[in-house]
Amino acid sequence: MRLRLTFSKDGPLTYTSHLDLLRVWERSLRRAGVPLAYSQGFNPRPRLQPAAALPLGHTGGAEWLDVWLERPFPVGRFARAVKPVLPAGLTLAQVETVPPKGPALQTLVVAAEYRVEVAGPLDAAHVPDDIERLLAAAELPRERRGKRYDLRPLIEALWLEDEGPERLVLGMRLAARAGATGRPEAVVDSLGLSGHFVRYHRRRLILSGGG
Amino acid sequence: MRVEWERLERLLPSVRKPGRYVGGEYNAIVKDWEAAAVRVCLAFPDIYDLGMSNLGLAILYDILNGLPEVLAERAYLPWVDMIAALRRAHIPLYSLESRHPLAEFDILGVSLPYEQLYTNLLEMLDLAGLPLLAAERDARHPLVLAGGHAVFNPEPVADFVDAFVIGDGEEAVVEIVRAYEEVRSAPREAQLRALARIPGVYVPRFYDVRYHSDGLIAGIEPRLPEAALPVRRRLVPVLPPPPTRLIVPNVDVAHNRAEIEIQRGCMRGCRFCHAGMITRPVRERPVEEVLDAVAAILRQTGFEEISLLSLSSSDYTAIGELVAAIDRRFAGTHTSISLPALRADSFSVRLAETIARGRHTGFTFAPEAATERMRRVINKPISTDQMLAVAQEVFERGWRTIKLYFMIGLPGERMEDVAAIADLARRVRGLGRRLHGRRAQVNVSVNTLIPKPHTPFQWVGLESSTTIREKQSLLRRELRGRGLKLDYRDTEATLLEAALARGDRRLGRVVRRAWELGARFDAWDEQFDLGAWLRAFAEAHLDPDFYARRERGEHEIFPWDVISTGVRRRFLWREYRRSQQEETLTHCREECHNCGILATYGDLRSAQWQCPAQYEKRRE
Repeated sequence: MRLRLTFSKDGPLTYTSHLDLLRVWERSLRRAGVPLAYSQGFNPRPRLQPAAALPLGHTGGAEWLDVWLERPFPVGRFARAVKPVLPAGLTLAQVETVPPKGPALQTLVVAAEYRVEVAGPLDAAHVPDDIERLLAAAELPRERRGKRYDLRPLIEALWLEDEGPERLVLGMRLAARAGATGRPEAVVDSLGLSGHFVRYHRRRLILSGGG
Repeated sequence: MRVEWERLERLLPSVRKPGRYVGGEYNAIVKDWEAAAVRVCLAFPDIYDLGMSNLGLAILYDILNGLPEVLAERAYLPWVDMIAALRRAHIPLYSLESRHPLAEFDILGVSLPYEQLYTNLLEMLDLAGLPLLAAERDARHPLVLAGGHAVFNPEPVADFVDAFVIGDGEEAVVEIVRAYEEVRSAPREAQLRALARIPGVYVPRFYDVRYHSDGLIAGIEPRLPEAALPVRRRLVPVLPPPPTRLIVPNVDVAHNRAEIEIQRGCMRGCRFCHAGMITRPVRERPVEEVLDAVAAILRQTGFEEISLLSLSSSDYTAIGELVAAIDRRFAGTHTSISLPALRADSFSVRLAETIARGRHTGFTFAPEAATERMRRVINKPISTDQMLAVAQEVFERGWRTIKLYFMIGLPGERMEDVAAIADLARRVRGLGRRLHGRRAQVNVSVNTLIPKPHTPFQWVGLESSTTIREKQSLLRRELRGRGLKLDYRDTEATLLEAALARGDRRLGRVVRRAWELGARFDAWDEQFDLGAWLRAFAEAHLDPDFYARRERGEHEIFPWDVISTGVRRRFLWREYRRSQQEETLTHCREECHNCGILATYGDLRSAQWQCPAQYEKRRE
């Protein structure tokens, strides 16, 4: 049986890496006493499949995780067992069954929507123009880990949500496909705002087929 | 005032592994700060990654938070990048649970399991904004208490700590918070007098130490009636129920697994072993209690691995039964067990086989010495033939890697005893090769003996650097080639550890000066700064060799004589003499050797004690 979990990650867990978060999930699900399916071999691990790694320091509002169970188990009971044994910062929002043989969750993700909060003090007057200019650019050449790439096609949408002297809130939707993943830090840097303290929140992941 | 999340958040992206500075772990206990009558911060003066597996602190955390009026939180020393970030931002060291500055707690309880943490203790106090010297603190500051194995010689850090808790802390810690409630608004001196009345508590300022002109101690005298001499360590007659709501870290740490203590103390009497001498007598947790606790721990933590802790697993009376029962009860739950400190015998190999379930990562033995003569000297008698037979069995059962632990610098050791280490390792590799060919691997780890206080070797000096280096280079020459790996520690780090372990009060100045000169994280090779330490010794006109390397006289007054473990000095001296005669002593379940424990603590005796039912007080 395969379940798809929607959860949020914030608070102290913001600083737990992707790999460590999987371990947190494993232990939480073991505490819940749900019938986890395990991998084969000398070092069996519960079969879990995350949608997309959330970088250390980012919070997530609607993250996804697929969990395999070794036998059928009521979804409602699953949620009731798991919710009370999660650590601070991890909240289970929804559990649904998905076809066991369906495609891997990672391959379904096409984009991610972010809320990016840039802490002040700052002068935000030029930001709307900067956004316009960024969106109007034919290409935005950048470099990451020694590799050149074009940021522009990875920005599907970029907008200003709130502005003031204390903070500036941007919304953005960035491509998140294998080999074509936009990073919100790169957008912030392209807007000349990377000198500020920035909070990155991934609001939701967008699956192919409009999921 | 709590450290605000918004301030912290700005530092965290720039430091390594920020998850260790934010708390929020499952089973961490966050009590109402305002409602608590006594607030204790349990502190480990090294990084979170190491401190999270400190079972002593986990036990005290459980006991203190079990008291309704008491709140206990945790703090660890941040890594150097976070230390710098906190200093730059003027953020004081804070507790993980509620992010209150350490200075706002009533009591700071520091765990000192080993000596290389002393400069970290100062770093912690300084980061907390507290005066380093106990004499410069008053009732406005938290009481700084320390416990753990290193404080069986508390003297080198006596300047910085208000009171030491010697031995088992389970009962003492409750008495301390109760006493504190009575004197919380009293001046510091009165607070400490109240603590000094609690058995097992040592308040260094209430003692005077006099020295001869040659630097030896002339006498130790208590200044107050409350100050006991010696301070007798605390001993819990029955192991209290183990903590089961262990904190589950959100980031990877060393020893990332659950732990349960199955036994305290060791019946073997290895003459070099500090832990074995200071934790007598053996107290075994009953099998049923262990099984129930393991079930509760797994249910409440979700850990996939649990370590059954003791100084010598194979000596737990019902270890076979326990391992089989755990194997049965938790089969199918994907839980693995680790069983450290196994003896080199066939029974232990079968035990390891049961818990390995086909996962043969590596098998560890600690023969400690490679010749039968030296093993008699240290009282760890086992024949070379038996060791080879066991190694053979280990390889036959599927392991390809054997790890061997040895010591050099043992009293009476000759070059041939050291050469025998290489010889033994090669013979073990030979056995492995016959079964596994070129994949057979023998890893040899060689430590230098640090003669520890309260052991039969307390009279012995640390071997000279020249000789240690000669022995190490002999091993380097001899342990070359495929399937052999040698690992040993730097001789200078050993010198410091020995000097601090065997030091007196005057070392307080050295510890402080070394810290001022930048020493910290002395247990970390890449951070250890020998230069700072040597300069600090020189400025204090003290010689590390005087403490570390000097052979001591039979009747010399030791700095640690202010503490009594219950094991008599007479017994230790007899054991030292026996080691010189290369004589062994039977283990203390077979017969009582009158070490002093039953004479001192006999009235506490419980069914958990593994001392013989009858013991005879022989004439001295």
